[in-house]
Amino acid sequence: MDKFITHTGLVAPLDRANVDTDQIIPKQFLKSIKRTGFGPNLFDEWRYLDEGQPGQDNSKRPLNKDFVLNQPRYLGASVLLARRNFGCGSSREHAPWALQDFGFRAVLAPSFADIFFNNCFKNGMLPIVLPEDDIETLFQQVFAQEGYQLTVDLAEQVVVRPDGVKIPFEVDAFRKHCLLNGLDDIGLTLQESDAIRAYEASRQQREPWVFVQ
Amino acid sequence: MVAKTLYDKLFEAHVVTQRDDGSALIYIDRHIIHEVTSPQAFEGLRLAGRQPWRVGANFATLDHNVPTTPFKSAADIEDDTSRIQVQTLEENTRAFGIREFGIGDVRQGIVHVMAPEQGAVLPGMTVVCGDSHTSTNGALACLAHGIGTSEVEHVLATQCLVAKKMKNMQIRVDGDLGPGVTAKDVVLHIIGVIGTAGGTGYALEFAGSAIRSLSMEGRMTVCNMAIEAGARAGMVAVDDKTIDYCQGRPFSPTGEQWDAAVEYWRTLVSDEGAQFDAVVEINAADIKPQVSWGTSPEMVLPVDATLPDPTQESDAVKRAGMERAYEYMGLTPGMKISDIKVDRVFIGSCTNSRIEDLRAAAEVAKGKKKAASVKQVLVVPGSGLVKKQAEEEGLDKVFVEAGFEWREPGCSMCLAMNPDRLQPGEHCASTSNRNFEGRQGNGGRTHLVSPAMAAAAAVAGHFVDIRDC
Ligand code: SF4
Repeated sequence: MDKFITHTGLVAPLDRANVDTDQIIPKQFLKSIKRTGFGPNLFDEWRYLDEGQPGQDNSKRPLNKDFVLNQPRYLGASVLLARRNFGCGSSREHAPWALQDFGFRAVLAPSFADIFFNNCFKNGMLPIVLPEDDIETLFQQVFAQEGYQLTVDLAEQVVVRPDGVKIPFEVDAFRKHCLLNGLDDIGLTLQESDAIRAYEASRQQREPWVFVQ
Repeated sequence: MVAKTLYDKLFEAHVVTQRDDGSALIYIDRHIIHEVTSPQAFEGLRLAGRQPWRVGANFATLDHNVPTTPFKSAADIEDDTSRIQVQTLEENTRAFGIREFGIGDVRQGIVHVMAPEQGAVLPGMTVVCGDSHTSTNGALACLAHGIGTSEVEHVLATQCLVAKKMKNMQIRVDGDLGPGVTAKDVVLHIIGVIGTAGGTGYALEFAGSAIRSLSMEGRMTVCNMAIEAGARAGMVAVDDKTIDYCQGRPFSPTGEQWDAAVEYWRTLVSDEGAQFDAVVEINAADIKPQVSWGTSPEMVLPVDATLPDPTQESDAVKRAGMERAYEYMGLTPGMKISDIKVDRVFIGSCTNSRIEDLRAAAEVAKGKKKAASVKQVLVVPGSGLVKKQAEEEGLDKVFVEAGFEWREPGCSMCLAMNPDRLQPGEHCASTSNRNFEGRQGNGGRTHLVSPAMAAAAAVAGHFVDIRDC
């Protein structure tokens, strides 16, 4: 897994609540059997004026100029500012894959859907929950100032604004540890193989029907 | 002894190791697999040279991409990318020795319909699948939730997940449900009350006399949409109906093991006095047949309502969402729900494609005809076994005589990954679970309803109150 320690980048404001995973990456692109290449179709239905199909040359498609990620001032953004309940809907990990493939490393919102939130961490991307008021202020600052950047410092657990204000955030200790060190969590779990086997043996006693072949 | 909730019991029974930071390694009893979210996980296993930890824990089937018109093998799937995905699962299950209910197998179907039907999931289990509607299985008093592809790989390789305990929420629905009010209306009403983020961070337990009164199929419908209420997992405690449902299923225990299982399963209820972090109380009598009008499942109303006025909404974020929903849906505030015309109707999905759902739709359709203005009515059973039973009961004939199309099992127009989809601007009465923009086809407009309400809309050409039919 990619490490995440600290990141500074241009902020793009996505001013909508309840952005769902069908919006982040529409289903026709889920047919891919790969983990990469989803970036050009991130927010496909909002970014383009036509209906996208897998394998298309996206550079030839008509762009929706009004959509935030198509506005020149947000080109190259790597921090996404969002509204409440971001990432609701399906469990598709294609959603964080698409955000990451596009170039985002962090998403800031007042709240996230649980599965999406969890999936981000598996891919070296940091979802950060901030109080609604802080998010509102960030939106206003981003709108007001072209080239607005934020620094996300995972070790210190703060988001640093250009004016120097530091906004603290919470992060689960284990996830933080994995992200800071880029750890493979399957490898970590397998270090506990003996405990897993012991657990299985006791369950086998109590609930043998669980262990069908 | 401390009084525990059902969720507390299920979680604690699966802790392999508890970590200092509050997270735990929890053991996963069942892993259900489909073609969309698994290819990258199998690829990961291969790259790392790993094998499945316990092959027998896995049950695979094909659902999202399969056509619902008759076909014989994956090679008959026209769309290249769909075919490759289906074939990739077939190859992966073969290579790793995983049981698969594939094309042509009567057990093939939507993951969340197939698993309980086979007795693959049973009370007391932890169940995961790379699909958010895994919560459906919680109706059997198991801890069931969706996971992403990295976790699919993690479960395949270790039979475990790293998890933190969620908070407990009890949603009590007490009293008698009125005529025409179904499990779907109950859960849509709940989402209307608590909102699509209301359950975020919680495990939901649905309780109360109205939930008890539901069949197992109905409870599955309710738990299915726990995710639309923001919760990864929803569940219902064990009672006689749960036990009766499990008996005689192919992967359910028999003989002495059955007796031991039943004895244990009976303990899978929240103890008297157990503490919930949040309790929501709903009076069953307040629930009317529901229709969603917007692009989020919380934008839902009783069928006799008029559409809300966004200017009356004080929360700016919500107001903006409503305005966008109006634009997308092509509707105007103040309109009556019954004035919304439908272009297509979809009866199916893991929410409402079990036998009871098809019976309810058939009862409404019997002796009637789809309205001429309705272009298509799709009826898609949840599995080959549901299809077979429906045909034995003659439901297929009722549908065909009414001008509905009787199809092969799969996800179909719930998410339109196969050829079944809406055209831009079309309104659909759908028994599925999500009304997001583009969910049933680019530009399509979804209205979530119960099977009976969907069938009634198919006949009338617009939404009608099933209580008047
Ligand atoms: S029926 Fe719909 S919601 Fe259910 S698993 Fe299939 S696509 Fe997902």
